[in-house]
Amino acid sequence: MNIVTLTETSAQMAFWFLVGLTLTGAAIAVFPRNILYNVLGLVLALAGVGGLYLSLGSLFVAFMQLLIYVGAICIAIVFAIMLSRPLHLEVPRREVPKVAMAVVASVVFFVATVGVVLRTNWVPAAERSSDWSVETIGYLLITRYALVFEVISLVLLVAIIGAILTAGFSRRLSS
Amino acid sequence: MGNELGTEWVRLIIGLFVVLAFSQLNALFLVWLERKVAGHIQLRPGPMEVGPHGLLQTIADGLKLVGKELITPRAADRRLFVMAPVLVFMPVLVGFLVIPFSPELILRDMNVGILLIFAFSTFTVLAILAGGWASNNKYALLGAIRSVGQSVAYEIPLLLAVLSVVLMTNSMRFSEIVEAQSKVWFIFLQPVAGLIFLICATAETNRAPFDIPEAESELVAGFHTEYTGMRFGLFFLAEYTNMFIVSAVATSLFFGGWHGPLWIDFKIPGIFWFLLKTYILIFVIMWVRWTFPRIRFDQLMNFSWKVMIPLSLANLLVTALIVKLV
Repeated sequence: MNIVTLTETSAQMAFWFLVGLTLTGAAIAVFPRNILYNVLGLVLALAGVGGLYLSLGSLFVAFMQLLIYVGAICIAIVFAIMLSRPLHLEVPRREVPKVAMAVVASVVFFVATVGVVLRTNWVPAAERSSDWSVETIGYLLITRYALVFEVISLVLLVAIIGAILTAGFSRRLSS
Repeated sequence: MGNELGTEWVRLIIGLFVVLAFSQLNALFLVWLERKVAGHIQLRPGPMEVGPHGLLQTIADGLKLVGKELITPRAADRRLFVMAPVLVFMPVLVGFLVIPFSPELILRDMNVGILLIFAFSTFTVLAILAGGWASNNKYALLGAIRSVGQSVAYEIPLLLAVLSVVLMTNSMRFSEIVEAQSKVWFIFLQPVAGLIFLICATAETNRAPFDIPEAESELVAGFHTEYTGMRFGLFFLAEYTNMFIVSAVATSLFFGGWHGPLWIDFKIPGIFWFLLKTYILIFVIMWVRWTFPRIRFDQLMNFSWKVMIPLSLANLLVTALIVKLV
């Protein structure tokens, strides 16, 4: 076996390992009834997705994934856990309507994503453009995808206002 | 092609072994240095018995730690408890990948090297959280929670300070940033960013006066209260290696990396200057620890959100304006 096929096989193996890691993390994020396990599972899943970006050859996107989703979002969730009920108390049972709603929402999202993936006419990256540098990504983000970029920051703004309202409201109730 | 890939693998594997060996040796040396610095600041000699000036003291301590029993508290969450010390060491080792010791001595000169270090530094916080929570001890949990709050508060000004350097060089590649300082070090062009970086780096590595996650006078030992033997040793090693990484990043971002002082070619390899500056910065961090008292948690938070973040934002804005105008 020469070294090129060896690299090829190891790349394949790394890919499936990362897929397994992501799915395991996602399962841990959903099923255990221990909220700290859920967060760490989410971290594992998001880090796995970051690894997938890495295996696709985009260092920048992979590190941004880690920085934003693991470093910011998951830490923010940890803050939310600190505000939630103590872990040693008995966990309330999962209500059927809640679970059903979650299942419906995820199925809709899954179908929509798969639909978009199947309908897209995928062209190999090398044929579309040769310039995939960080500069190009930055340029596209503030020109062609500026609206998307702004909408995402709007989501964050709503989240911040929601957090302030929730915290302020509960504090007023307790005092 | 195949041959090139082969040498690349060999390079990486040798590099990883060197990094592992270096990080252990460095941590042993730093622990000794810390005890010596603390000793002399407090007008006592520090460790003196084992080896010349106690130089081998930490090796003896390390052997003792390895020999100790690993105790897992009965009420602890076993899996997370065992995993946390391992997890805390991983990001520290990854950091060595991109540090530019000299023009030739970079394991991987990535175009997003700075991002790599900050992306992985998050895992340290998560490991501390997991360890503190899994210990099932109120002091450990309090320490872990403080650590999360602190790292979020100080990561923002840290990144903003780094961003002003990135704006000036238009690059996130360490070698290019160091190369840009061949004339003037960035500490002279960006003194505010440099100062913010050093303060936040001290906070990110949980060093005094920002060491409230392990504040021994109120929390016993903070997040690692329940850890014994080499599990505790790993947390300790990670802290000191983190100190090295942070100082090395500060050296390459603000203090000219491998360039010698006065811009004179002394015919001395760059790695000498790099390590010299890094260890001077480490000494400064230790000096600060043994000079200032620990600050309160509310002071810590106020300082970050009300002073550091506005200051770093203003600095970034001014930098952007000057870069645009010049």
